[in-house]
This record gives sequence, structure tokens and C-alpha cells, in this order.
Amino acid sequence: MSASETPAGPATFEFTADNLALAQRIIAKYPEGRQASAVMPLLDLAQRQHDNWLPRAAMDYVAGMLGMAPIRVYEVASFYTMYNLKPVGKHFVQVCTTTPCWLRGSDEVLAACKRKLGIGPGETTADGQFTVVEVECAGACVNAPVISLNDIYYEDLDGPSTEALLDTLIRGETPKPGPQNGRINSAPIGGPTTLIEMAQRNGVKPASQE
Amino acid sequence: MLRDEDRIYTNLYGYEDFRLEAARKRGDWDGTKDILARGRDTIIEQVKESGMRGRGGAGFSTGLKWSFMPKKVDGPVYLVINADEGEPGTCKDREILRHDPHKLIEGCLIAGFAIGATACYIYIRGEFYNEASNVQVAIDEAYAAGLIGKNACGSGYDYDIYLHKGAGAYICGEETALIESIEGKKGQPRNKPPFPANAGLYSRPTTVNNVESIAGVPTILRRGPAWFAGIGRPKNVGTKLFCISGHVNKPCNVEEEMGIPLKELIERHAGGVRGGWDNLLAVIPGGSSVPVMPKSICDTVLMDFDSLREVGSGLGTAAVIVMDKSTDIVRAIARLSKFYMHESCGQCTPCREGTGWLARVMDRMVRGQARLEEIDMLQDVTKQIEGRTICALGDAAAWPVQGLIRHFRPEMERRIADYRQSIAAE
Repeated sequence: MSASETPAGPATFEFTADNLALAQRIIAKYPEGRQASAVMPLLDLAQRQHDNWLPRAAMDYVAGMLGMAPIRVYEVASFYTMYNLKPVGKHFVQVCTTTPCWLRGSDEVLAACKRKLGIGPGETTADGQFTVVEVECAGACVNAPVISLNDIYYEDLDGPSTEALLDTLIRGETPKPGPQNGRINSAPIGGPTTLIEMAQRNGVKPASQE
Repeated sequence: MLRDEDRIYTNLYGYEDFRLEAARKRGDWDGTKDILARGRDTIIEQVKESGMRGRGGAGFSTGLKWSFMPKKVDGPVYLVINADEGEPGTCKDREILRHDPHKLIEGCLIAGFAIGATACYIYIRGEFYNEASNVQVAIDEAYAAGLIGKNACGSGYDYDIYLHKGAGAYICGEETALIESIEGKKGQPRNKPPFPANAGLYSRPTTVNNVESIAGVPTILRRGPAWFAGIGRPKNVGTKLFCISGHVNKPCNVEEEMGIPLKELIERHAGGVRGGWDNLLAVIPGGSSVPVMPKSICDTVLMDFDSLREVGSGLGTAAVIVMDKSTDIVRAIARLSKFYMHESCGQCTPCREGTGWLARVMDRMVRGQARLEEIDMLQDVTKQIEGRTICALGDAAAWPVQGLIRHFRPEMERRIADYRQSIAAE
């Protein structure tokens, strides 16, 4: 959607005192006169302060802070997919469905979301708790299929583990991040085939050598 | 097989802590001051001698790229690290960012020194929230320990490193789009020339390098260029992070020697193809942008730049996407066409219109809802995109479809015939 389609949202927006201080530290990372470079991190900060979406007032506020024409800020906000230009659920369920995830069963992950939450990609539950979206490659392909939930990756999913993940959230608890099938990060399940001494030193059993 | 003592990324799997103390025990930041004391020219020469070719996909000599930077400049010069990892199949830089960030930070210092940079920006894709947090911790630790900043490592060289986060745009992995993005604009690639070495970030001389290219540099310079150059085959040397995804028993990342046979890579480290090697249908060997290879090629091909180019594919990012015989190969490629349609920045007409066209026709090809001659038309459209755009995204969208037509045309024709028959039967 384009910035002009943004729902009304609040009439004004300003950073909290803490975020204002943080914004000033961010702006200082860039050379004098290049403060427009801070537009992406500042929009991110504004979105985090405003329930994970960017109302028009926040974009205008950032434009004013950086001395940018508002249209330049709307362009950035609508170009990059991580800026939400309309409200999203408290739990923002981003299901990767690009080919490596699809090969490993991202269809089942989407189906599990539908079963558990009753919503498909692009929809939000009536209570505003969950939004499900399809995203392009999350960059965790050897741990496919993957959900990025707000900022956290949940990996090596299938239908049942996706339902379990959503159940945990529904209960108001925080699920354990990373692989959901017991493996350690991107090492092969059952133990590594390389870095044997490193693994053993840290109490990890290497793959059995056949 | 690469010996464990020849691996650069010893904390690839995150068995140990990523922070400075643990990183030092793994050998990072050892004698960095002495490396800098070798001088700019020697460092560039040694990186050239090592034979390191860029790990971001293009495979251009890293040392040679550095040598393009102007020698005498007044004012700012930048090193920019491309950590906008998002090529489908690829998840190697993520491991360096979250488990071995000090290798990257030390590499940023050495590379920055070699090209005469005054500052460095590390551009990390926005989705990598925890990865970026770890990198920021590593940067803060390096400042606090005097490793970067004023008089970095006691070398007399002043150097700042900053983190910049993206916000969900594959195109920002293209180096000039990435530069535009840091400048606070839409990530749309620039026309070249001028190349970044002459006019890059803020129109200043800039080198953009991939995470894996830079994170490997400190180890190469400690062990000597001959060590790195001695692994692999001529012109295709060194160690390489491979990402093995899809229909294998144990998907994983692994560091191996360049030129390892594909079959050995999959069987030794990824537990083999699901259902056995004979159940293999095809492999995309270097991330979604390179053409798919049928099993007959996979049986013998070596995993390096030149071997894969000889068989009409490419090493790309060394992201190996494995598909067994249960795969709907047309749908697998159609999903990639949808990806490129979504990620086209919209600047060049052949790409903006062409990627949408490819995605829509590929969608019909999945169902066979097409005429036979449309396969040739599809091929023709890929040729109308390829080479006619500012950046390589157009080529990247064209090649998977070309690979499909080259190797799986009979399957596409079969679907069209089946669909015809089902219509006739109604």
C-alpha cells in the first residue's frame, strides 16, 4: 500500500524522552549534513514506539526532525517492507514461503496458522492479537521453514510445532526461540560433521561416524 | 575434506560465546597491530596473492577490488559491509554476524586500513535483529578495548565502525542500492560508471564487500596468503561457507574447501539426499539467482566458480538448494519468479514489467494452462530482461526460468498436454 492510504492514526506523534535521546545518538553516526541517512533507523524507532506501525504523523515528525521533505520519508516508508503502514496484531507472524522454506513445508506452517488462528496471509484476528503475513526469504534457509515473530526467528517448523508455538503465545508465554526440533543453530541435526574438538570441548556430541 | 585446523569459522555453530573474551581465545585480534604495520600496499598485495574472490556472489578478486581505490584522497573514504543477506538459500553471513562478529570487526579494521578508509558502515538486513545486536555488542567491545576508534590497536590509525540496519528490501544487496539506502533513500541501484571506488557513499570513494570476504581476511593474513591459496583448485581457492537446504536429511551450514564435489558435500555433511542420491531431481547450487542443474550434472560437478560456470550455472553464494523427485520443479521455480517480482525495485522497465510477466506466465505453467509455443515466448521474454537493466536483478530473475526451460522442458510440455486433455474430457 502507498503512504497516502495510511489509516488516519493519531494527529500528532513525538518520541518519548528516551527515544529522543536514542534518535540523537543515531543521527550522530552520520556525517554533518547527511542526517537523512538516519531516516530508516528513526522510522524503525517510531514504529517500535507506536505498536509496530507507522502513522502519517510519525513519518511527518521524522521528516521534520531530519529536515527532509515529507514525501521523501513516505517514499522510504513505502519502499521497504518492514515498515507497517497500517496496524498489525500484537504478535506479527511473518511466515517465509520462498522456495527453500516451501520445499521444507511452509505450506503446512501457513495451514497451521489458519487452523489455530482462523486467518490467512494478510489477515488479523478480530481481537487484534495476531497478524499473519507471507514474507520473502528470511535468510535462515538451512533451518527452514521459518517464522519471524516480531523480531525473533523460530526455525525448523512443521504443522504441529507451529501450532504449539501459537498455543504458547495464546497462553501469554514466550516460546523458546530458534530451532523447534532440538538441533543447535545451523549445525546438522544429530551433531556436527566438522569442528569435532570444538564441539566436544563444549559438551556437544559430534555426528556418529559410519 | 577440509581439516578442522584449516577452518576459519570455528564458532560457526555458536557452541561458544560470541563476545570479545571468547573471540580472543579463538585467535581473533591476535597481532592485529603487526598486520597493520605491514602497510597498505603489502596488505592489498597479500590479499590478492591469497586468491580470495568475493563471497557475495560475483566472485571478483577482493584484493584487486581494494586496489581500485584512489591512493591519495583528502576527506572521507568509506568501507561498506554488505550484510544484507537475502538471496534465497543463503544463510552464511548470519552465522558470522551472530556467532563470530569479532572476525568481521577485525576484518573491517584491516580492510579499512588497506583502502585508506576513514569510517565503515555495516549494513545488516533489518530482519536480523539479534544478529545486529551481537554485532553492535562486538563494536562496543572493540571501542572499549581500543581495538577500533582513535589510534586503533595502537597503530596511530583512527577508524570508526557503525551499524546501519535495512528494513526489508532484497535489492539493497546490490552495492549501489545499498549505498542509496544508507543515504536515506529508496534502495534503487545507480548507473555505473561512476563506480563506488570513485563516487560511492556520499559521493566519496567507497568499497563495498561481503561479510564472508572481510571476516576471512584476518585469518588469511595471520596464516599467510599461501595457506589460503593452497586450498582448492587454481583460481578457485580457499575455504567457503556452504548452506545446504531443501530435501536433504540434515540441512546445515558447513565450511569446506572450494571445489569439493557437490555429491560429497551433500552426503558427508547434510546426511545425503532424502531417499538416497538416486532420488535426486535437481540442485540450485548457488542461491536462487543461478540456473538449476539436473541430477546428471550434480553427479560429478565440483563446487567452485569455474566448474559451475562450465556447466551453465554458478557458485553464486554457495547456497545449495536440493530438490528430490517429489518436487514440483515448475512450482519451485515459479515461486522464485514471484520472489523477483516482489523484489524488483521498479526502476527499469524490462525488470519491473518483465518480472511480473514471468511470474504470471510461470503461474500458468505450474498448472499447464498455456500453449506450447508460450514456452518459447517465456524464454524470449527472459532474454528481453537479461542484460537490459541497471543492475543484475533482471538477470537473476531470468536465469532460473532459463535453467528450467533448458533442463525441464519436457515436464512443462507434459503439463500443457495434460491440461489440454483435462479440458477436452470435460
